Amino acid sequence: MFLLEYEGKTIFKEGGVTVPKSFIIEKNSKPNIPEDFKLPLVVKGQYLAGGRGKAGAVKVVRSMEDFEEAVESVFNLPVKGKYPSHILVEEFVPHDKEIYLSVIVSKPDKGYIILASKEGGVEVEELAKREGALLKLYVDPIAGLLPFHQRIVSKFLFGGMNKSFMSLLKNLFNLVVNRDLLLAEINPLAVLDDGSVMALDSKVIVDDNSEFRQDIKHFYEYVSILTRGEKLAKEYGFSYVPLDGDIGVMGNGAGLTMATLDLVAYYGGKPACFIDVGGGASEERIGTALDVMLTEIKPKTIFVNIFAGITRCDDVARAIVSVAGKRGLDSGKIVIRLTGTNEDIGKDVLNKAGFKVYKDMDDAAKEVVKICQ
Amino acid sequence: MSVKPVKNFVSEDIKVLVQGITGNQGRFHTEQMLKYGTNIVAGVTPGKGGQDIHGVPVFDTVKEAVKETGANTSIIFVPAKFAYDAVVEAIYGGLNPIAVITEGIPANDTVKFVKLAKANNVRIIGPNCPGFIIPGLTKVGIMPNQYFKPGNITIVSRSGTLTYEVAWAILKEGFGHRLVIGVGGDYVIGTDFLEMFDQIIKYDEDTDAVVVIGEIGGDDEERLSKYIVETKFDKPVVGYIAGKTAPPGKRMGHAGAIISGSSGTADAKIKSLKEAGVNIAYKPSDIPRIMKELIG
Repeated sequence: MFLLEYEGKTIFKEGGVTVPKSFIIEKNSKPNIPEDFKLPLVVKGQYLAGGRGKAGAVKVVRSMEDFEEAVESVFNLPVKGKYPSHILVEEFVPHDKEIYLSVIVSKPDKGYIILASKEGGVEVEELAKREGALLKLYVDPIAGLLPFHQRIVSKFLFGGMNKSFMSLLKNLFNLVVNRDLLLAEINPLAVLDDGSVMALDSKVIVDDNSEFRQDIKHFYEYVSILTRGEKLAKEYGFSYVPLDGDIGVMGNGAGLTMATLDLVAYYGGKPACFIDVGGGASEERIGTALDVMLTEIKPKTIFVNIFAGITRCDDVARAIVSVAGKRGLDSGKIVIRLTGTNEDIGKDVLNKAGFKVYKDMDDAAKEVVKICQ
Repeated sequence: MSVKPVKNFVSEDIKVLVQGITGNQGRFHTEQMLKYGTNIVAGVTPGKGGQDIHGVPVFDTVKEAVKETGANTSIIFVPAKFAYDAVVEAIYGGLNPIAVITEGIPANDTVKFVKLAKANNVRIIGPNCPGFIIPGLTKVGIMPNQYFKPGNITIVSRSGTLTYEVAWAILKEGFGHRLVIGVGGDYVIGTDFLEMFDQIIKYDEDTDAVVVIGEIGGDDEERLSKYIVETKFDKPVVGYIAGKTAPPGKRMGHAGAIISGSSGTADAKIKSLKEAGVNIAYKPSDIPRIMKELIG
């Protein structure tokens, strides 16, 4: 889960990674500058998508009038189609130079990687292309971050030991480990006149798998995008991603369901959602998932693709018949591919209720695209 | 025909320990594995020692189980919250390989036990995987028994159900399976595609061709492509990548299946595999057809 800049900075602050003095303005609240804040201020729209700087959603203001105007314009400024729900206002921090720093859990390295560059404010993908611009340092997950790592990075960035930076690096690394972050990026990290460092931005990804031991329920992405269907998906244990086509797709297993979306597209159709009910799905889970699809997605046609191993075809069949009855679903609008465990019973249940059942995935995909047109 | 063990992976004398054997999943799959003929010698659930599940004795600790039964391979169903403890217990219990079926383990735990396993020369499969099957020899996994028969095609896959679908499709065309392994759908996994090829498949004389089932997210497929080119890997490989139509920034069921920015897309993976000489299947049903052309 991606965090908004201010959420990332809250975590930074708690973990001893220095950030500018700031306050938050929520949408539809009256913007006010608290007494203990000094102009100039930086007004920053909070978006999950990148590219806000270019869009003009970061403004330096030097008067109360500027401030009010900036707040209003940023709230009305979409970045990649989304309006900000919050604005972060920070005291302007005069600084000498900007650097890049991040700590990531690396998939190929199966451990931690520190990335650092003397050039801040540039995308890391850009830095990676330039010879010698980016330091990449592996940290063993068992040994953890040691003083020698801090020395190597400090030497690379400053040509010597910068105590303020070294302590910030240690704190940032500890946050990744202790708060279960997959990415903690500071771009730019400001170097002030006295050599001390301060995080001017934050890009943080929290590991969704850490929910059982981290308090993550209050983060923006978690609370804001959850529709009723997404809440039910969490509760009943299925994956649900709305898409923009007109064929609702439900399958069992993430790989199979993705392959089903692709197959629909291959035959010229457009998937309206991704619903993966997982292995061994109960009648209740399948029924709930289908109900979410019918009430939230309202697809023109539906494609259910089940390759049953642990899942039982008869459970799937009963769930479909029950939801179809409740919601008045037209059997001509749904294409069902069923094969595997208890296939015959499942097929029988569906046939009796007037549904046609396919054994082959390609035949079913072609049919659902055909009836959608 | 007797099926040979797989070098660098499993020996002839496989004795399986099921960690988390008393839970719903552990219980169900123990029964399924026994039906398949897997030699399950012990189970472990802390606090449940002394019971038996489908005739398999349950112990409180891995140490006891290994001492009493000589178990040498583990399959783990322990919930995510307790999985780190269970995997490390298996590593220090001397079990190898260890298949971690559990879904939802934080990456911070996975990087630690994967590193520990490497330091101890122990192979981890998963997490968040269906395990592996060597038809005719053993099944240490959760795949449905009926779709697998001995043969010479090895399948490596990041998914579960899709793997069964493909295994069945190639079976219907008259092929059999040498080794079918789900490497796991998580962000960090113990053995990725490249390691499967470099440490296991290249040494296996009984593999005639390989099917790689990848998906969006990460760069495992790209790194495999590079490996195939650099080492001039000479067995035929068929590749399929799921998630061509997946939108960026959305987790598609698996923790590792997410396109971030412009990296991890299906198109990039297909391009790199193609350039490495891998035969690309654009839909699962193309796989048996291509296989027929290659080794039919």
